[in-house]
Amino acid sequence: MIYEIAEHLSGWTSLDTWIVITAALAAMACALPGNLLLLRRQSMMGDALSHVALPGIVLAFLLSHWLQAGGWMSRQMHEAILHPIFFAGAMALGVLSAVLTEWVQKLGRVESSASLGAVFTTLFALGLLLMRAFADNVDIDPDCVLYGTIETVVVNTWPGTNIPRAAVINGAALLGNLALIVLFYKELKISAFDPALATTLGVNATVMHYALMAVTSVTLVAAFESVGSILVIAMLVTPAATAHLLTDRLSSMLGISLVVAAASALLGHAMAITLPPVFFSRIGFPADVGASTAGMMGVAVGMLLVGAAFLSPRYGVLSRSARRFRLRLRIVADDILGLLYRLNERGSAEQPRTFLQIFRGAMGVGRLQTFMAFRWLCWRGDVAIQSGYCSLTPAGESAARRLVRSHRLWEAYVEKHFGVPQSQLHHSAERAEHYLSPRLQEELAGELESPQLDPHGRPIPKPDNPPPADGA
Amino acid sequence: MKSNGVSWGAFLLLAMCFGGALQAQEQGSEEFSSRVLRVALLQDYNTRVVMAGTVMLGATSGLVGVFMLLRRRSLLGDVVGHASLPGIMIAFLVMETISAGSGKWLPGLLVGAMASGFLGVLCVTWLKRNTRLKEDATMAIVLSVFFGGGIALMTAVQKSPSGNAAGLNSFVFGSAAAMTAADVQIIGLGAVGAMALCLLLFKELTVLCFDEEFAAARGWPTHTLDLALMLLVVSISVIGIQSVGLILVVAILILPSSAARFWTDDLRHMAWIAVGFGGASAYFGVLISALFPRLAAGAVIVLAGSVLFAFSMVFGARRGILRRWRIHRRLTRQVGRHDLLRTVFELWEQSGQPPETPLAGYPIETKALLSARTWSPAVLHRWIKAAAKEGLIATDGSAARQLTALGAREAKRVVRNHRLWEVYLITYADIAPSHVDRSADAIEHILDCELLEELETLLQKQYPEMEVPPSPHEIENQ
Repeated sequence: MIYEIAEHLSGWTSLDTWIVITAALAAMACALPGNLLLLRRQSMMGDALSHVALPGIVLAFLLSHWLQAGGWMSRQMHEAILHPIFFAGAMALGVLSAVLTEWVQKLGRVESSASLGAVFTTLFALGLLLMRAFADNVDIDPDCVLYGTIETVVVNTWPGTNIPRAAVINGAALLGNLALIVLFYKELKISAFDPALATTLGVNATVMHYALMAVTSVTLVAAFESVGSILVIAMLVTPAATAHLLTDRLSSMLGISLVVAAASALLGHAMAITLPPVFFSRIGFPADVGASTAGMMGVAVGMLLVGAAFLSPRYGVLSRSARRFRLRLRIVADDILGLLYRLNERGSAEQPRTFLQIFRGAMGVGRLQTFMAFRWLCWRGDVAIQSGYCSLTPAGESAARRLVRSHRLWEAYVEKHFGVPQSQLHHSAERAEHYLSPRLQEELAGELESPQLDPHGRPIPKPDNPPPADGA
Repeated sequence: MKSNGVSWGAFLLLAMCFGGALQAQEQGSEEFSSRVLRVALLQDYNTRVVMAGTVMLGATSGLVGVFMLLRRRSLLGDVVGHASLPGIMIAFLVMETISAGSGKWLPGLLVGAMASGFLGVLCVTWLKRNTRLKEDATMAIVLSVFFGGGIALMTAVQKSPSGNAAGLNSFVFGSAAAMTAADVQIIGLGAVGAMALCLLLFKELTVLCFDEEFAAARGWPTHTLDLALMLLVVSISVIGIQSVGLILVVAILILPSSAARFWTDDLRHMAWIAVGFGGASAYFGVLISALFPRLAAGAVIVLAGSVLFAFSMVFGARRGILRRWRIHRRLTRQVGRHDLLRTVFELWEQSGQPPETPLAGYPIETKALLSARTWSPAVLHRWIKAAAKEGLIATDGSAARQLTALGAREAKRVVRNHRLWEVYLITYADIAPSHVDRSADAIEHILDCELLEELETLLQKQYPEMEVPPSPHEIENQ
């Protein structure tokens, strides 16, 4: 199978390279405003804008067609301004949809997501209807708008060069967005994180909002023409979300989202030309098929996002559960130390303890975890095993003393200040004992005037080497 | 009640305009009007079939949409719609693999769509719970990634030369006209099933929408109920895909229910209205697209819903813009009248005349009033005109205006309310005399009789007579 994939990849031509470059430029151009949409919690607005661009384009097309048919415009001029007018139409409708959503939300007091849904579906349905109704005049194929024509990107080159036109347009959109972000970085940042503060500092949040909508719409149309609306929707928010899982800084988030967008273009196209033939031939379909690059890029960026969701060092599911597991293990190990200390305290110090006794010491956690915590203690040298019996080593003894001290100090403190009945002191101390730092313990001891006994009448152990006082 | 009547009248008017527009389309053509009748009265078998399926679907989606709206999850339908595409394609591939040519068996495709739509919803929940991403981002991500995967599969399937895949892309934009009786049976069964489930769980879902914690505290399985609601949304979206298309399917969930919200505050009424709106928009959508074959039914159904929504937003009897605007205007007028009368009273009080001078007949001087308040001349004239209309201020031929007896009584009442509240605040809420004016300004307009009586009993000792007490603070002229 790997051989097959490699075989399909070996057919890589300059056409594929241009497809990837164009797609990467489009994806990167979309990813930049996507970051801001994500942080402003307007991700679904991006989805709405990409739907609304359709009626914008159709209306622009109809308008220019009528102008030409009515004799207001020559044919050459019509050809020349067709593209600018697309951009203008999509931008107008993008801003219009944002305004309408706001109106419906404020005037009609409709919940925000419902008003967004009502507005963009209406506009999209209108665009669809217009497109079908004037199909003779409007030379737009809905499938083409949806999936894009990235596979044939090299057919249409920029005059005088052999660079695809789409690559130039998307590159320009990317550069424009970059320039805007660099210029207004401070304002964008502050209005994304704290709109109220931005307003008090004189950054007009409303203007920022509509400007963002307009810029996003323009970017969407630039990408639309070449890569279709699917890609646009996928590339707006998902790279930004991937970056958001990996970092906390806005600047690095922007950078990572660009990398993710470019990587998903490469990965998506590679998947588009390799996977379908390989899988389709297995289930009895002809092997000479390829899938839409735009669609596969969506899948690719989804895979990158899932990867980040699991593997991110700080926010990943895996690393977080690893951290949680380590904490749980530490707590169990602490509990074992405390148990050994108390057993020593109650009986004679030399009486040997078997591992099984510890096990029965009602840890309240699974056997596997208890065992692992125990092995960890042995490995750390806090607990020693001699011929089947275990005992605290001097190091373990002092660790255990610290823990029990923390437990009993807390009990004394809670009893003194909160009047909790004696029978219920243990429960809160059982939780607090694990995170009272030595300094906090000393403060507690000072506050209680160095008590000797806890509320149950058991001695509070002394620390080995009391930490130096503050400022010493 | 009056506003209700106006709204329903406007509703009828809208319906008539609608019919009129249809007529005007091909005026004088006998053929066209007979066609309208034929379609509207369901005389064609084909129309009947399509109409039955779509109207059932519209009605059920209205009902389910009500709960989604109240749970603030309206856009989840959008996610489900887009996320069902890969399921349709995979189901097609699986069925083709099992036996060639059977790939477009609708129940199979719908099962695939449901499975992947539900998977999409689960992904949204999982991402929201386990990562730091917010709900809107998770929805956008799941929607786009699933849709991208679906499109990739679809293009691959369509490029395969077996040729059987031709109709698959009709799911994207929908094709109600192509529904067969067998399809309608499935859609109808699904819609009736969903409707029954919804009605059966009506009470439970209501509590879930309004107070989830309460439901959980009463020991109801909120998680299961939530899942049931999701299942309802998924099934509605999936059976709606064929007629409305997966991009627009969210509209039939959102529009009828949000439109119904403008008419009532009672959930049961809202549910019935939403059912009616959903059914009506489906009916008109199919009707129009049957008359004009070029108009895709899905888009027209959505637009019919949009018209209903816009209409309800303006004329809605409960939360419509017009009604709220009327209430707001009434309140503004009342506040303006009170302020005017109180200012006149205060001017009279300050004018240094002997207290025997009657308040009635006190001249209204625009200049003095303007300097006492931050009114613009236009606003002041509006209030004076309104007061004159109500007989509080009289003009005796010349340009001079004065308070009437009625106006004097009303002015005394207003000032009395204001000062009673001020004294109350000073005595009982321990607020400095210099600070009470502002808050009394806001409350004086809405003091009702009961509250006034209470104030009077409370302050009896200080002001035994039912006269206007003196102002507890200096009255400053702005």
